[in-house]
Amino acid sequence: MRRRSFLGYGAAAFGVIGLTLIAGWWRVDGPGAPQAVGARPLPLTEMDFSLTDHEGRTVGPETLIGSPTIAFFGFTHCPDVCPTTLADISDWLDALGGDAEKLNVVFITVDPERDTVEAMAEYVDYFHPAIRGWTGTERQIARAVEGFRATYEKVPTDNGDYTMNHTASVFLFDALGRFVTTIDYHEPREFAVPKIRRAMNEEKAEGA
Amino acid sequence: MKSILIAMLMAMTLPFGLATSARAGAGDVVVENAWSRASIGTSRPGAAYMDIRNAGDENVTLTGLRTDLAGMPEIHLTSTNEQGVSSMSPVGEIAIAPGETVALAPGGMHAMLMQLRRPMEEGETFPLTLLFSDGGEVTVEVPIRGIAARGPDD
Repeated sequence: MRRRSFLGYGAAAFGVIGLTLIAGWWRVDGPGAPQAVGARPLPLTEMDFSLTDHEGRTVGPETLIGSPTIAFFGFTHCPDVCPTTLADISDWLDALGGDAEKLNVVFITVDPERDTVEAMAEYVDYFHPAIRGWTGTERQIARAVEGFRATYEKVPTDNGDYTMNHTASVFLFDALGRFVTTIDYHEPREFAVPKIRRAMNEEKAEGA
Repeated sequence: MKSILIAMLMAMTLPFGLATSARAGAGDVVVENAWSRASIGTSRPGAAYMDIRNAGDENVTLTGLRTDLAGMPEIHLTSTNEQGVSSMSPVGEIAIAPGETVALAPGGMHAMLMQLRRPMEEGETFPLTLLFSDGGEVTVEVPIRGIAARGPDD
């Protein structure tokens, strides 16, 4: 009897060790691993996903080729980072004046469960008119995030609700779809606007 | 023997000292530059920002918030890690030393207004009460700016 329970504990201990190892692998090397620092997004031409914009049109990375692109992830139930980013981008676009019309500006939700096409339409309406809201299925959102080498995670909150952790950087691509640089969350206008100009000029240098 | 007496005296007077100073503390808190963004309906949480200055000469500790606008107001901190991933979590208590200002500002700490009871309408204000560890309270009228506002007057 004692021997059996000893064996039982041994098996349980092995089980715990095994699970710990698997959990460790998952988080460090496996699918749960955080993206390496400085992992560059794929060129838009190599991404593969299909979403719906806030006017119901089918869109994907190919939609963005031909003009320089500002793209970022967020969700409309986000009270701080997302309205700040959208307001910052609206401010940068104002600073670009008429040139803003030459840009694709895309806000991709990481919360498709709550951010329906209608919710996105209602939300982006409050910001600069150049900003497009993209949503879609969980699977297609995951593919988009993967292409950008971004991350997102659903996190339950105390009140039974949930929030989303997500990459808050703004991604810049030139008109050929090549990644140019990122603008960090809440980066000041005097750094952000020249970066956008750079993405626009790379297009000219290349496209001439 | 003498040192024990002094220690006992200190131990006895300490709580009184703390209580008095703490009462003085919350009364010396000044809230400035408060603002918030309008909401779309009530399903999404709101956020409010402000500078909380301890103008007194005693420590104060902010323990919570109260407002009729939201069922669950809490101070949250947004942090962004080196991968550029942002996350949000409740802050708990905030100690403010004499002469110090704690800023609730976009991208840092904010008063997270969960379970809105009514929409936050641009141009209106709402009362927000800051609760301190000594039982002191400071109430501020928070102006509601546009949904794309970037600061108290921008």
